[in-house]
Amino acid sequence: MAATLRAGTAKLGMETRSVTSVGVWRWLGSAVLIAVAIVLPFTLSNYHVFQLTQVMIYAIAVLGLNILTGYNGQISLGHGGFFAAGAYTAAILMHRYGVPYWATLVPAALVCFVLGVLFGLPALRFEGPYLALVTLAMAVAMPQLLKYFDTWTGGQQGITLVKPTPPSELGLDRDRWLYFFVLVVLLVAMRLAANLLNGRTGRAFVAIRDHPIAAAAMGINTARYKTLAFGTSTLFTGVAGALAAIVIGFVAPESFTLFLSLSFLIGSSVGGIATIGGAIVGGFFIEFVPNFANDISDAAPWAIYGLTLLLFMYVMPRGVIGTIGPWLAHTVQRFGSARRAAK
Amino acid sequence: MRAKQMIVAGLCLAGLMFAGNAVYAAGQYGPGVTDTEIKIGNTNPYSGSASSYGINGKVHAAYFNMINEKGGINGRKINYISRDDSYSPPKTVEQVRQLVEQDKVFLLFGTLGTPPNMAIHGYLNENKVPQLFVATGADQWNDPKHFPWTLMWLPSYGIESHIYANYILKNLPNAKIAVLYQNDDYGKDYLNGLRAGLGDKAAKMIVATQSYETTDPTVDQQVVALQGSGADVLLTAAIPKFAAQTVRKVYDIGWKPTHFLNSVGNSVGLVMKPAGLEKGVGIISATFFKDPTDPQWQNTPEYKEWLAFMNSHGFSGSITDSQAVVGYSYAQTMVEVLRMCGDNLTRENVMKQAASLHDFKLPMLLPGITLNTSADDFDPIKQMQLQKFDGTTWQLFGDVISGSGT
Repeated sequence: MAATLRAGTAKLGMETRSVTSVGVWRWLGSAVLIAVAIVLPFTLSNYHVFQLTQVMIYAIAVLGLNILTGYNGQISLGHGGFFAAGAYTAAILMHRYGVPYWATLVPAALVCFVLGVLFGLPALRFEGPYLALVTLAMAVAMPQLLKYFDTWTGGQQGITLVKPTPPSELGLDRDRWLYFFVLVVLLVAMRLAANLLNGRTGRAFVAIRDHPIAAAAMGINTARYKTLAFGTSTLFTGVAGALAAIVIGFVAPESFTLFLSLSFLIGSSVGGIATIGGAIVGGFFIEFVPNFANDISDAAPWAIYGLTLLLFMYVMPRGVIGTIGPWLAHTVQRFGSARRAAK
Repeated sequence: MRAKQMIVAGLCLAGLMFAGNAVYAAGQYGPGVTDTEIKIGNTNPYSGSASSYGINGKVHAAYFNMINEKGGINGRKINYISRDDSYSPPKTVEQVRQLVEQDKVFLLFGTLGTPPNMAIHGYLNENKVPQLFVATGADQWNDPKHFPWTLMWLPSYGIESHIYANYILKNLPNAKIAVLYQNDDYGKDYLNGLRAGLGDKAAKMIVATQSYETTDPTVDQQVVALQGSGADVLLTAAIPKFAAQTVRKVYDIGWKPTHFLNSVGNSVGLVMKPAGLEKGVGIISATFFKDPTDPQWQNTPEYKEWLAFMNSHGFSGSITDSQAVVGYSYAQTMVEVLRMCGDNLTRENVMKQAASLHDFKLPMLLPGITLNTSADDFDPIKQMQLQKFDGTTWQLFGDVISGSGT
């Protein structure tokens, strides 16, 4: 935690010194990335477009976890459970009530927010590894709960959904349409997360993470903000779950095992736990590294997976964005001051 | 001059006809097929909680290799691409899309598990890609009208139950039947199969039914209630944990019905031993393949051939695993269907051939059991033989019985 604290203050310091140049560069960088994201699906096969859609869905889920674990310091091993809750909310609304797919995101968000807040209340009493264990309960219980309420969830058999039809006037096929649908949700989610985290609420989250007693002494209502962090976090992850149900077109308890929860935490750590952009790197890691490991070795894919994970954590202990981000900002700032000095 | 022209013209014509013939001989091909190769896709759980089933995919691969070493099928080698889905439906979708869209496989074969197959059912049928011989037993897979590209292999739960019904009608015509079933599609397949098998006698003969949830701690209460109904026949459709509880409880309360125990819950190691071997004496169940641990098969040439295959392909550690027998039989069925296709290797024709199996015998199935399919029946195995527990192992008895499912 001390390391992240230092990184946090260093980052804050830089931003105050040279807001404009870093800000402009960041804005330009985002614009380029979004442009790439718009052009990319037209250069790839349907299968790869589908994979990128999965990446973005995982990214939204990881973003949720980053808010809780990265910014607020609460570790969750149970986000796969909230992902499942979002997925089933969407699936049940579509399947039983004929709700159109795009209209299921808000209900899924609300359901998962409420679940998260309810879960966050008892979680207030736990910290660190103890909280991790409490959330672990969520992850292991979820598949069995889904089987138990089988009149709603379809039990073991799951629910098969009708695949969304793209609006005909756009001329996009289903894979590309879903890609853009998810891309828009991802961009909105990142914007909302940035607004929340760069403001008063975000500062409160970070203060509680870094020093809860000091935060309380400053007048921050720690219980309220911790619960809020939990609810916001599960809201994002729940929306990701709903998107997953829509894109895959099928939900079953087996889709939401403990490993999914672990994957989110891994993706979050690899990307950069207290960053927003890191979520996208995390999404890429969750989607592609298991496949990559499988391609390298049929016999021991998980050994390769483990090795890749070790490599990432050794080379970039604060995650990809957590390491590269400050370095980039630093370079840009030096570049800026050098130019000013030259003038 | 004129004669010369005639000859030239004749030769040209002959040449054209020959060229036409050559095209015909090369055959009609769907995606993933060439003159030298047939590409087949599969998903299996090689990792995760269901990885013990992964032996199926490994046995397929070894069997296809063996066929390739012997020259392949009609001169074409099988290129078998099996991917790990960890029994996770979203992963299955991704892997199957990769197999179909990137690897461009001819067909999907032996994809394993009910939820993974559910997840790709719509996609494969929509894109008209054969989903041959799914490795799951639910009745719903046999639905050629709505899903003409999906064909099953295992005798469905409903068929097994139908077989018990046939035996009861013949040997216990005055039976009062009690049913204990798991409260989901799997358990209901058994209940419906029994009802279908008993026909119009079902309402009279079935005197009591009780269900349990997989989350229930025990089924003691249900067993006691069923005994109270005065039934003298019990059909138990339960997974191993609850099957063991049922066997024990029925014995402990002194109930002595003719007890039919579904094949899902008839493992000696997982059910009969935990329940108490002596408590299971006389219980009846059904099977369709040769149990590799049963000494009566171990001197037959079919078993010896299987054993030699297992030992020479690095499976010496799995020679007691019945999954290895099933996987071996799956691969043999696939090879037969591809052989039947000849040079007409289109997706339409492979479905047609798979739906025209007629009395096809497999060496590791019980003698008398054959595979039969037709345009409106996509479940190849509809026969099983009953077996009785003697306190140590299952002993086959009676004839092979047919059932037709629900």
